[in-house]
Amino acid sequence: MAAETATRVRRHGPLTPYLFLLPYAVVFATFVIAPAAYGIWISLHDWDYLLPGKPFVGLDNYSALFDSNSAVYSFFWESMSATGIFTVLSVPLLLTVPLALALLLNRRFRGRTLFRAIYFAPYVLGVAVIGVLWRFLLDPNLGVVNAILGAVGLPGDTPWTTALPWGWVTLVGVTVWWTLGFNAVIYLAGLQDIPRELYEAARIDGAGRWAEFRHVTLPGLRPVLLFVTVNTILVSANMFGQSYLITQGAPGTETRTAIMYIAQTGLADFKMGSAAAMSYLLTAGLLVISLLVFRLFREKDA
Amino acid sequence: MLLAACSDGGPNEKVTGGGQNAAPAATEYTGPNVALAFWNGFTGGDGPFMKKLVDQFNTEHPNIKVSMNTYQWADYYQKVPAAVATGNGPDVGIMHVDHVATNAARGVILPLEDLSKALNLTADDFSPPVWNAGIYNNTRYAIPLDVHPLGFFYNKAVMEKAGLDPDKPPTNNDEYQAALEAMKGKGIQGDWVTPFEFTGSMQFQSLLWQFGGQLFDDGATKAMFAEQAGVQALTWMTDHVKNGYSPKNVAQDADIIALRNGKNAFNWNGIWTINTLKEDKNLQWGVSALPQIGTQKAAWAGSHNFVQFKQKTKDDNKLTAGKVFINWISQHSIEWARGGQVPARKEIRDSADFKALPEQSAIGTQIDYLHFLPPKPGIADVMATVVTSINEAVLGRKDPAKALSDGAAKADQLLEQNAKKYGS
Repeated sequence: MAAETATRVRRHGPLTPYLFLLPYAVVFATFVIAPAAYGIWISLHDWDYLLPGKPFVGLDNYSALFDSNSAVYSFFWESMSATGIFTVLSVPLLLTVPLALALLLNRRFRGRTLFRAIYFAPYVLGVAVIGVLWRFLLDPNLGVVNAILGAVGLPGDTPWTTALPWGWVTLVGVTVWWTLGFNAVIYLAGLQDIPRELYEAARIDGAGRWAEFRHVTLPGLRPVLLFVTVNTILVSANMFGQSYLITQGAPGTETRTAIMYIAQTGLADFKMGSAAAMSYLLTAGLLVISLLVFRLFREKDA
Repeated sequence: MLLAACSDGGPNEKVTGGGQNAAPAATEYTGPNVALAFWNGFTGGDGPFMKKLVDQFNTEHPNIKVSMNTYQWADYYQKVPAAVATGNGPDVGIMHVDHVATNAARGVILPLEDLSKALNLTADDFSPPVWNAGIYNNTRYAIPLDVHPLGFFYNKAVMEKAGLDPDKPPTNNDEYQAALEAMKGKGIQGDWVTPFEFTGSMQFQSLLWQFGGQLFDDGATKAMFAEQAGVQALTWMTDHVKNGYSPKNVAQDADIIALRNGKNAFNWNGIWTINTLKEDKNLQWGVSALPQIGTQKAAWAGSHNFVQFKQKTKDDNKLTAGKVFINWISQHSIEWARGGQVPARKEIRDSADFKALPEQSAIGTQIDYLHFLPPKPGIADVMATVVTSINEAVLGRKDPAKALSDGAAKADQLLEQNAKKYGS
C-alpha cells in the first residue's frame, strides 16, 4: 500500500510543484522582474516618458551621483544620509522595544487581550492620519505636547518638527509608536512557538530569568528575529510619509529621505533616468545590508 | 520600480509642436451629443462652486455633457500626463500658470491660439501679466480663469489689544514696523513668519519684487534671487524672528492658525484664506492689498488656467465643445469669484457684482502689479531651491545671503539641466 501511494504521487508529481509556483512566478515576473530590468534600461537614458527624445547617456546618471559638481550630488547624498540616520536610530528601537513588549504581553494577566489590541492599534492607521495628527500635536508653538511640557515646568518651546536633532527625535519616536505593534505581534507569535518544556528544563537546571531569556527565548526566536530585522531595516530605509508630512524635509532639506528625493526627481521633475539610477544605488545598498544581516544570523547558527 | 512602470512613446511627435487643435474655434456647438471629461484639483471650498457652474453649463447645453473629476493638485500633475500618454486623458482641465509651459513642452496640452482669436480675446480683456504667462514658444496654451494673489490678512481683535486702529492696516514699512513694535510692547508676537512654501516663499517673492529684484533673468536662464533685493527681502523676514515679532520655528500653517486663535495679528496669505477665515464666525478679521515694504508695489499671484488635453485620436466635436465650455465658464466667472478668487477677465473684475465682494475685490486691487513665474518648462522644479533657501534662513540654519546664494547655485544647475532637457 505504502509503496503504491508513493508511486502514484511520483507519477503525477514532477510538474506539480512548478504548476503551483507558476501563478506566482507570472505575477513576480510581470510586476517585479520586468519592471526592474526596464528600470535599468531607463537609468541609462535621459528619460522623460513624454518626450520623444530619450537620449542614451550610458552611465552618466550614475556617475553624476558621484560627481560633486553635478546638480544631483549634494541633494542625493543628503537624502541618503537622512535615510541612513533614520534607519540607524529607528531599527534598534524597533527591534528591542517590541520584543520587550511582546515578552510582557506574553505573560498571563487580566486584560491582556485589551493591551495587545491597544499596542497594535496605531499600526492600523494610515501614514497620512498619523502624520497630520503628530504634526499638529508637536507643533513647536501651538502644539499640545509643548503646552503640556510647559505647564509642568519643562521647556515648552522645543522645535519638534522644524529643527535638528528634534526632527529626528520626532520622526523616530512617531515611527516607533506607530509600527511597534506590528513587530510585537510577530515576536508574540514566535514566543508562543517556543516549547514550554524548554523553559521547564531550564528551570530544573537552575536558570534564572535572564538565563532563560538568553538561552531559551532568544535562540527560539532566531528565525523570527531574522525576519523582523531584515524587514525593519527595509521599511525604515524606505521611509517617506513621516518626513513628507511631519517635517516636510525641514530644516532645509535635511530630513528629506532618499525615497522622497527619488520620487521628487522622477515623478515631479520627470527626470526618470536619474531617479532610476538613484533607486538602483539605494537598492544595491539595501541588498548588501540584507546579505550582511543574513550572514550574521547564519554564523550564529554554526 | 514605480518609474519603470511608466510607458514610453508619449503621444507627441515634436517637443515644441504640441499637436494640432480644432480650427476654427466656435463659440457655440451644434454637433451631435458629446461627453467631456473635465479634471481639476479643486479639493477645497472652491470645488462646490465649480461643480455648480458645471451643472449650470450642462443644463444650458443639452448636447454637451461635462463630468468633473477632482484630484489633489500634486497627484493631478502626475496623473494627467500619464493619462494623456495612455490615451485616457481628460478633454478639458485646469492648470496653474507655472505648469503650463512644462505641459506644453511635454506635449500634454494643446494650443488654444484659435480660441483666443475666435473670441477676439486680448491681453486687455484680462491683465497683461497673467495673459502673457500662458504663452509658450509664441503659442497660447492656456486661457486664464482667475488670479489668486497673496493678500494681507489681519486679526482686528489682536490689533485693538495693542492699541492699533483695526481699520487701518499698515500700508508701508514705517507703519508696519511701528505696528509690530506696538504689539511687541504688549507682549504680542504679531507677525509669524513661516519658513514653508505656503506661504513663506510667496511672501519672499512678493518682497523680492517690491525691492526691485527678480527671480530669474529675462530668459530664465540664470537665478537672480540671491542678489541684493533678494537678500533685503529675506532679511526683512528673518529680522522679524530676530526682533521678536515672530516666534522661532513656525511650523506649516501655524502662522494662520495662530491668527485664527488670536495669537497672531498679521499674515501674508493667499486669497483662498478668505473662505477659511469666514468659517470662524467670531473672528474679527480683515484683508487688504499687501503693504508696500520695498521701493515698489508688487504681489505674488498664482492663476488657474483652462487647458485642453491631447487625445489619441482627434475629435473635432469634442474640441469645439471644450472651447464652448471654457468660454462659457470664463464669462460666468463671477460665480467662481464668490468661491474666493479674483476673476482673470477684466469685464467681470470691473463689474458691480465683483465689487460687492469686499475681500476679493480688496485683494483684486493688486491686479496691475501681480507677478507670475516665467513660462519656462520645468520652472516649478527650480522653484524648489527658493523654497529651501527661505526655509533654511527663517529656521536660522543659514544667514539669508548664504541660504540664497546656495539656492541660486543649485537653481542655475537645474535651469541648465532643464534647458538641455526641453531644448530651449
